[in-house]
Amino acid sequence: MALAGLAVVVPLVTAALLAGTTSLHARRVADVVALTAAAATAGLCLALVIRSSDHAIVAWLGGWRPRGGVALGIDLYAEPLSAGLAGFAALLTVAGLLVAWHQVDTAGHLFHALVLTFLAGMVGFCLSGDLFTAFVFFELMSVSAYALAGFRVEERAPVEGSLSFAVTNSIGSLMLLVGIALIYGRTGALNLAQIGAALGSHSPDALVAVAFALVTCGFFVKAAIVPFHFWMADAYAVAPTSICLLFAGAMSELGLYGVARVYWTAFAGPLGPHAEALRDVLLVLGLATALLGGVMCVAQRHLKRLAAFATVAHMGILLCGIALLSHAALAGVAVFVVGDGLVKASLFVSVGALEHRRGSVDEAALYGRGRELKALGTVFAIAGLALAALPPFGPFLGRAMIEDAATKQGLGWIAPILVVASALVGGGVLRVVRTVFLGRGAVPPRHPACREAVAEETDLERGRTPWPTVVTGTTLLVLGLAWGLVPGLVDAATHAAARFTDHAGYAASVLQGAAASAPAPAGEAPTAAAWLYGLASGVLAIAFALLRTMPEGPLRALHSGRIGDYVAWTAVGAAAIASVFALTLA
Amino acid sequence: MRSFVALAALGVLGAVLVVAVTGLEPFGHYPGPYGDVLAKVVPDERHTGQLVAATVFDYRAFDTLGEEMILFAAVCGCAALLRVLRSEHAGEGAPGRPVPSFAARAMAAALVGPVTVLGVYVIVHGHLTPGGGFSGGVVVAGALLLAYAGGQGLRLRRVGSITLLEGTEALGAAGFLALALAGLIAAGTLLKNFLALGTSGMLLSAGTIPVGNVAVGLEVAGAVALVFAEFLEQALLEDPE
Amino acid sequence: MSLLAYLVAVWLFVVGIYGVVTSRHLVHLVMCLSVAQASTYVLLLGIGYRKGGQAPIFGDIPTSTPVVDPVVQALALTDVVVGATVSALLLALAVQAHKRFGSVDPDELNALRG
Repeated sequence: MALAGLAVVVPLVTAALLAGTTSLHARRVADVVALTAAAATAGLCLALVIRSSDHAIVAWLGGWRPRGGVALGIDLYAEPLSAGLAGFAALLTVAGLLVAWHQVDTAGHLFHALVLTFLAGMVGFCLSGDLFTAFVFFELMSVSAYALAGFRVEERAPVEGSLSFAVTNSIGSLMLLVGIALIYGRTGALNLAQIGAALGSHSPDALVAVAFALVTCGFFVKAAIVPFHFWMADAYAVAPTSICLLFAGAMSELGLYGVARVYWTAFAGPLGPHAEALRDVLLVLGLATALLGGVMCVAQRHLKRLAAFATVAHMGILLCGIALLSHAALAGVAVFVVGDGLVKASLFVSVGALEHRRGSVDEAALYGRGRELKALGTVFAIAGLALAALPPFGPFLGRAMIEDAATKQGLGWIAPILVVASALVGGGVLRVVRTVFLGRGAVPPRHPACREAVAEETDLERGRTPWPTVVTGTTLLVLGLAWGLVPGLVDAATHAAARFTDHAGYAASVLQGAAASAPAPAGEAPTAAAWLYGLASGVLAIAFALLRTMPEGPLRALHSGRIGDYVAWTAVGAAAIASVFALTLA
Repeated sequence: MRSFVALAALGVLGAVLVVAVTGLEPFGHYPGPYGDVLAKVVPDERHTGQLVAATVFDYRAFDTLGEEMILFAAVCGCAALLRVLRSEHAGEGAPGRPVPSFAARAMAAALVGPVTVLGVYVIVHGHLTPGGGFSGGVVVAGALLLAYAGGQGLRLRRVGSITLLEGTEALGAAGFLALALAGLIAAGTLLKNFLALGTSGMLLSAGTIPVGNVAVGLEVAGAVALVFAEFLEQALLEDPE
Repeated sequence: MSLLAYLVAVWLFVVGIYGVVTSRHLVHLVMCLSVAQASTYVLLLGIGYRKGGQAPIFGDIPTSTPVVDPVVQALALTDVVVGATVSALLLALAVQAHKRFGSVDPDELNALRG
């Protein structure tokens, strides 16, 4: 019972302690204390996963239980998927803090305090059973992220990147809040289960459809779905490496988690009959994001921006999985989040190590200078192949489950598109291996306005990569690869996803305290078709790696770096999604 | 170009939102049930008539905990973003800053005391009257800003003062967290209101609600003053042009 | 008109975002964001209003008096704090932008492109 609350409070208390003592400048002590807190949080979340494996844990805070179906207080809801995601975020926080061990400037203990509040925001968001509490912790996560992205204030680019990030995401939060207000106006409730009960199965009207659209748009800004994605490359390019891996591995995925959670607890009832229309809209967005991310990824020379667009592409793939609105696809999404998150995190660590050793993140400036760094090059190559969903590794398993679920619904045609997107991402990373570590072939041309982004990164060359970075990077990669080989994972994921999508069971366990009898469908191993798709994307990635350039001129011009443009696109996206939902779902 | 696109998009969005709000209950007809249930049960269960304070510090205290930590994180963020880098050094004061007139200084000196008392009053009576920790905390921070306006505030720049503000702010945040944990230790559930409820209308009533008010007031006052001090430090770095 | 409060909220929201899009000064941008945030306060408090209802404080009125919804007031309180903190962070970034770029025009921040 107390575990769920403690998982949120432990990082917060530590953050308060660290910030209060920031004038003492006890750097190593702060490092150890922060690491311990993050590890403890990971342990608490793991305990929650184990404890909730039979039936969900519902912790009513302050002891306020619902009366007559009206929830007076706030509940924390722990079950394998949500607690597992929180635990994964905590694990990545440990990795981030290890990578930050040798970061020079941490503003006393403020960096550690901010990382811990970021973690607490993520954990609270995952475990929340109340819509407004989810918003509050979402904001906690966002505010910490804005400060962490702009942490290196001595340079110009971080200030700009953090500004774009903060303004765009604030507008997303505003949309989320307007949606929450509309839902409250209709149902008089903030508890997700109670909202679901109040909305019932009545046919949705414009209010419900638009409220759902706004909530979804708010989450999509965080998840960098097209056209809300513009901030991501700017923010990732400027944030410290330890923060990038947290952003890529956990923060954006939480946006999609929010959409899934809100849909399956509150809106599955009224929107159920319109599931096909919803699925089509979300699929279009997901595929557009996956392809745009892939194309932009291959076109980048700035290594961190390349990795950022890889993240955008993978968010698109995840959205496709959620769009299928089935527990089998959701199981694939859960597996993909972890496997892909681990590999991407290791990619960021590797980019950080390369920056440290060679003093740049521009592919052209680094051309051929990685020839002696054989171990780093190998890590890059393996990460690239894994990101291209080469079997049998972690990202492959997740994508395979999504493709199989799509085929079952008669939507098998999305699989080749996912193949192309993954191949583009893998191709981008493998091209970096070709140019930097092998020194062969041509580099993509420099975008005329891109000069500044690469000039900032010069630093002193140093002889060796610090050992915490090496250990963290390789461990993350190995875990990500091994994730695809864990026995029983498919079954466990399918089981957990089935519980997640059990709308009636959720409401019963929250409002009546009933221990829901969990449905237990068996998971299926990836089919032969999925294996073929995986191999195809691996081969295609190598082919893309040999390309010199891709036609993407107008697309790159859209990513202008101006806040006004980004917000205009956000407005366009919100208007489009809201009107489409109002027309098709109401 | 951008403004045309935005105009069109926002026009569509506005129209969709208007259609959506027509689905709400007409203004003035709040349908319940959350507010009505609270209005019925709170006076008896919490021995307080201040429904908003009871909601903020008891029933939905976890939201307030999150909100407190948002304030805390934002202050840490401001302190980190506005930190004076090793390459910059603190100037000895802004040479161009005008000296406040005698009237301003006299007014500020006269008001600092009463404003502080008002702030403390609002904080401590949060469970009896409108206000509470948040508004009261801002008022107390206002007293500090008054001291600056009256010409005494340049002393904020001293390291000692900033440390004190940081400590106060962290103490407030830690205080609220300690309250949450104390509920866990004393009564088995996080954030449980475990102190004696007392008689409604008295200063010491409603259990942990006034304690929560004080913790929040401390943190908000510390936070606002600290953010102001950070901005001031940056302003004093500027070269006079 | 029974919808006026809600229409005001919609207008504020739309106008605030338009201001952010067309802003040429970072401080102006932050203020436009505050305007958009204000729309959420108006919407929330408008939803909770009850005609003839008193403030939800039973200090010296009988507990059976109809009162407005206290929950939206708690939500609006949280919302105000969140909005203020985000504004503070953005203004801190604006100060640093002025120092690094020599300008507070968002369109002149050109270190990141493509």
